[in-house]
Order: sequence, then C-alpha cells, then structure tokens
Amino acid sequence: MIDRYRNFRTVAAVGIALGLAAFLLALPPFTIRTTIVPIVLGTGALALGLAALSQGERRLGGFAIGVGFLGTIGGLWAQGVDEDTLGAVLTGGLLASTLRFATPLAYAAMGGIFSERSGVVNIGLEGMMLIGAFFAVWGSVWSGSWVVGVATAMLSGGLLALVHAVFSIHLRADQIVSGFAVNLLALGLTGYLYSSIYPEGTTKGQVKRVPSLENAFDFLGWVPGSDLSLLVWLMFLVVILSYVVLFKTPIGLRIRSVGEHPRAADTVGISVYGIRYAAVITSGVLAALGGAFLSIGFTGRFTENMTGGRGYIALAAVIFGKWRPGWAFVATLLFGFGFALAIPLQREADISSNVISTLPYVLTLIAVAGVIGRSIPPAAVGRPYVKQ
Amino acid sequence: MSVTPPAQVPEAEEAYSLRTGAQELATGFLVPLAATLLAFLIGGLVVLLTGHNPITAYRAIFEGAGFNWPYEWLTGQDTRASGRDLQQTLRTATPLILSALAVAFSFRCGLFNIGGQGQYWVGFIFALLVGTHLEGLSRPLHVLLCVAAGILGGAFWGGIAGFLRATVGAHEVITTIMLNWIAIYGGKWLFELDGPLQGAAPSLPRSEIIFDSATLWIIWSPYLHAGFLIALLALVVYYVVLNRTTLGFEVRAVGFNAEAARYGGINVRKSYFLALAISGAFAGLAGTVDLLGVKYAVDQSDFDTNFVAFTAIAVALLGRNKAVGILLAGLLFAALSTGTSSRNLDPDVFEPALATDLATMIQALVIFFVGAELLIVYLWRGTRRYARLGRPPAEEPAPL
Repeated sequence: MIDRYRNFRTVAAVGIALGLAAFLLALPPFTIRTTIVPIVLGTGALALGLAALSQGERRLGGFAIGVGFLGTIGGLWAQGVDEDTLGAVLTGGLLASTLRFATPLAYAAMGGIFSERSGVVNIGLEGMMLIGAFFAVWGSVWSGSWVVGVATAMLSGGLLALVHAVFSIHLRADQIVSGFAVNLLALGLTGYLYSSIYPEGTTKGQVKRVPSLENAFDFLGWVPGSDLSLLVWLMFLVVILSYVVLFKTPIGLRIRSVGEHPRAADTVGISVYGIRYAAVITSGVLAALGGAFLSIGFTGRFTENMTGGRGYIALAAVIFGKWRPGWAFVATLLFGFGFALAIPLQREADISSNVISTLPYVLTLIAVAGVIGRSIPPAAVGRPYVKQ
Repeated sequence: MSVTPPAQVPEAEEAYSLRTGAQELATGFLVPLAATLLAFLIGGLVVLLTGHNPITAYRAIFEGAGFNWPYEWLTGQDTRASGRDLQQTLRTATPLILSALAVAFSFRCGLFNIGGQGQYWVGFIFALLVGTHLEGLSRPLHVLLCVAAGILGGAFWGGIAGFLRATVGAHEVITTIMLNWIAIYGGKWLFELDGPLQGAAPSLPRSEIIFDSATLWIIWSPYLHAGFLIALLALVVYYVVLNRTTLGFEVRAVGFNAEAARYGGINVRKSYFLALAISGAFAGLAGTVDLLGVKYAVDQSDFDTNFVAFTAIAVALLGRNKAVGILLAGLLFAALSTGTSSRNLDPDVFEPALATDLATMIQALVIFFVGAELLIVYLWRGTRRYARLGRPPAEEPAPL
C-alpha cells in the first residue's frame, strides 16, 4: 500500500515511454509502416497516463497523456506523409469526429454525475438517451422545428427519469434493478412507438436536424469546426455549467451533501427527497439531450436501440472521471477518440473494423481496473433514504 | 431473511407480525405474480391506446406460445401446430433459464452480472471450437467435451470480471458490460470474411458447422433438444450448490452482508471471484446448448441480434433468484418471445413488429414492479401506510 504512490510514478513513466515509442517506431531506422503500432502504443500511453493522473500522480500522468497523444498523431503523421488522405484525416477530421462521438457520452456522463452525486445510481442513462433520441425525432417531425424536437427529447428524458426517481427514492427499489428496467422500458417503448407511428420509417426531409454553428449564425463561419452541430457546442457549456453548479454554488453543495450523508443533510433542513428528485430528473434531461444529438443532431433519423450501449460507456466515464465533470469529460473524449479512430483505421490500415471497435471497451476495462483503487463514489450512492 | 422478534410488548408484537407478514408476502410468489399481472395490465393499456384489442392480442400471443397444447391434447384435437409452438417455447426458455442462473448466482453474492451475453458468446465459441474439431468421437463423449469447453469459456470470461473485482475492486457492472462488447466485436471479427475462424464457404461470414457427433439429442421431435433437460439439471445444481454446500453458504453470506462475512472469517474476495466465474459457467452453458441443440454454427450477424442473456436478467429478477422462480419466469418470457414471433402470431390480429416491442415493454414493467416490492405490498394492503412495511432502514452511512 505504501508503494502505491511510487507504483503510479512507474505507470506514468511507462506511459511516457509508450507515447514516445509510438512516434519513434514510425521513423527511421525502425520505420514500421502500419498505423496500428502508434495507435496501440499511444492509446496505451493515454490510458496509463490517465490511470496515474487519477491516482494523484498529476505531473507525470499529465505528461504521459500529452506524450501519448502527440506520439500517436506524430506516429501516424510520419507514415502518412506520402499519403494525402491520411494527412487530411488527421488534421481536422479526427478531432471533429472525436468530438462527435464524445458529445452524446458527455451529456449522459454529466447527467450521471448529477444523479450519482445526489446518491442515486443511474444505470438507466442508456434508456434515457434512447427515449430522448426517439422523441427528438418525433418532436421534430411533428412540429417541423428542431427546437421543439430537442425540447420534447428533454421532456421525455425527464419523465423517464422521474419514473426511475419514484421507484428508487420513494419506493426504495434496488436502484440498479430500477435503472435496468428503465433501459428495457425505453427499448420496448421506443421500438413500439417507432414502428406504430412510422411504419414506413422517417424520411430525410421530415426530420429537421439541429443546424451547425455556421448555419445557425452566418457570421461565425470562420470559427474552426463551425460545421459541428450546435449541440456539440452546447455540450461544452453543459460540462462547464455542471462543474460550476456542482462545486461553486449552494445547490451543488446540497446535492453533494445529500449524496454523502443524507441524514446530516436532512438534519440541517435540506430536503433529501427533493434534491434527489431534481438531480435524477436533471440527469434524465441531460442524457436525453445526448440521445437527441444522436438522432436529430448527427444521423438525422431514429433506429431501434440506436444508443447501442453508449449510456453504459457514459457510466464508465463517470466512474473513470471520479464523479467530477472535468475528468469525466476527459474520459468521454478518450472514448470518443477510440470510436473516431475506427473510421480512418478501417480505411487506411488493413485491420478489421471489428477489432478496432473493441478499442474503447478495452480501454475502459483497463482504465476502470487501473483507476478504481482510489475512485471513491459518493458515500450514500445506491442507498435509499428513509426519512425519520 | 431471519428476523429476530423484539421484546414481547403488545404493540411491538403487532408491528413485528405486520412486518414479517409483509416480508413473507414479498419474498413469496405473490409479488412476482402481482408484478406480472400489473405489467400485463399496463401493457394492455398501451395496446388499447394504439387502437388494438388487448384481449385478442394476448390470446393470440398465448396460442402462439403453444400454451393451448395441453387443452388440445386432452380433448384429443390435432396438436401438431400447438405442439410445435410449445416446443419452440421450451427451446427458447432453455438459454434464458441458464443465462438467468448466471445473473442469479452472482446476485446472491451481492454482485450484478450484466455480462451474461459476453459469457454466453465465449462459451459458445469455445464449444464451437471443440464441436468443429475432434472428428470421429463417439456422440456422448463429443457432446460432453463441448459442454465442458463451453462451461470453461463462460467461466473464463466471467472470471475476468471476478478477478478484477476481487483484486482492484473494479465495479462488475462496468467490467462485465465492457467484456460483453469485447466478446461481441471479438466474435464478429473471428467469423467475418477472411476472419480467423471463418468457415469453408469463402463468401459467407459464418463458421463451420459442428460435427453430427457433437449435436444434442432431439427429445421431442422436431424442435426440442436435450438442452432443456440440461437447463433443468442446472436449476437443481444451482439450488444444491447455493443451499447445500459451504461454497454456497459463503456466497450467500457475502451477498447478505460482505462486511459481516469478512468478520466471520469468509474470504470475501475469493467469493466474489468464484461467484462471477460460476455465473459465467452457467452463461457459457447457455451458449453451448444453443450451439449444440439449435444453431450448429454461428453467423456473423448473430452477434448483432442475439441478446438472450439481457432478457435473462429480467428472468432472474422476476424469479427472485430462486430456482423454481427462474424456471417459471423463463417459461413466461420464452412464451412472450415465441408468442410474438412473426411466425407464430397472426398478423391480422396484431402486427408481430409491435408485439415484439410490447413483449419487451412487459418485461421491463415486470422488473420495475418486482424491484419495487414495496409498491405491490402497498397496493395489496391498501389502507396500511407503506412506509412502515419497508425493509429495516439500511441507509445509515458509516458512523460519524
């Protein structure tokens, strides 16, 4: 146990070495001409760096992350100099698609943080995203306006979260079980509604998509990445707001105190149930925004079970990020990067896309295994509170 | 669930009898039954709201599941159609029951194993490897080897999560979900075009077919295979291991109160590892019987469509992690699934596409209501205040 601190210095050092290797192996005299080497080494460096970082080894850990990131980019760049396409992929494209993949995860993760900080486990993020994805499409088709679509998504997510809240707060059901039921309910409900309301599916013209920054505000066209959906930009705002609300306002203090020691919070006059209801509903609204990005923000359509486990990954990001908005966001970026890599890799390297698809999950597994040692959840999470 | 009676004060005695009464009610079969009925009721409302007749819809599902077979058989009617439907239901129930045991076993140890699907696939693939090799073995031996391989594969995959939980404390909900996706994409990679385990047909992303000597016996022609008997046997094994062995006692003790179990000298970490590994073994067995009795090979697309172990979570919850409960719940969920399949459900009565989602919804509602036993007890006792009937408050955090 005493050696833990030193251990993670070693972990970070290994991470730095991996990051450097990612770049150097692509250069002469090694000149390994395959993209998998820098990517595997670089993501390994990122994972190790993050693990070390969250264990309190801030300087070396941060360094490892930086080196890992730059090493990967550099390693890929070095091999792709003679290939024009790779260069194009790596400059703006990869970053933008990383953001696109991270956005739904980040919304859901922020929601998860609110819920879990108040002491309610929320496995149901997945279902709340899914119902948000469906009702975003429904609202946008029904009204012909994406604003209404986003609003109905948030409303539906909030309502589904309310169900979870009633069951886990007032009825004191097992929160994991209730969350799982939320997921299943959303899966059945959205599938049922989709095939009964749109038996022929939805067409492109019907669904009003969320515009990109440059489409919404012409004069902002010069901003880099202004072709990204407004919801991506809103996501940054949500992450910052989540941090501010949770850690810089009295409301945040209440949420956290309810999650750490509800009895004490109750004693000083904080409504434990009220705060928990509000937090869980907030989490549903945010998760549904993530779902809305998936449907009307990105693909422009709804498909059954389109969230495909993203809610669970967001949950992993929450734990990975130690229930803090900033770190959770970093974790979602990491997963987003893993997903985004799959696209150019499939094109450029001779690697099965299925193997690459496991990357974010392997990364999560490593991260959770490496990080959890000191990743301590809110003390009262998962325990129903009985008012006396 | 033992409750020590408090001092014999009349008032306390009344409160005590009230509470034990509620607990008996809750732990018995009434809550699951009421939960199921309530779920069907709400599901019926949804059917009604979307403009269908719930009674005809449910009746069609009931007959589609082959549950009218005993009646037809007793009255001497033509039972061929209903017999086939019933066989399909039992065949569908087999992996459901086995995967539900995978959830239930770790539940009894206080762990939530969502990784049944990954364990199912790893067991499936291990059994496939044995089933497509070792030509010329006698049938019982080959089947036995396949089953052993499948159990081993599932236990291996579950054991990873157990190992991580036991050593670094990684939360099993996260790790098992990640292992699910790794198994799913890994499986898709193995059987993709030019994948390492792709079968002889060069243009098809599917595996070889297992040898005839590795297939399970058909016990009720044409559909029902001996895997159903294996599932029944597994239920007995589950009961015996959990209730009649030291291992089972330790697992239950850890699940009931890990801290107290540790204080009592039980190796909690070992129990965590074993519980998840044994859970994985059950799920691996589920994959194995599916392979040996139904599929005989695997198609790449199966990895995208087969989520039997996720449904099995609901089965375990509805069955309250008890052997008999899992059997009944497995049959119910299998009936919902075969009864709503496009082959068995008359599209004039109710569109199968809708019915499948209706089945999912009913399953979700069942879990909700089983989870919230307080709600059922409250509805049951109408006039009583439900707050008094709750479990003893377990929310007290660590001492100040």
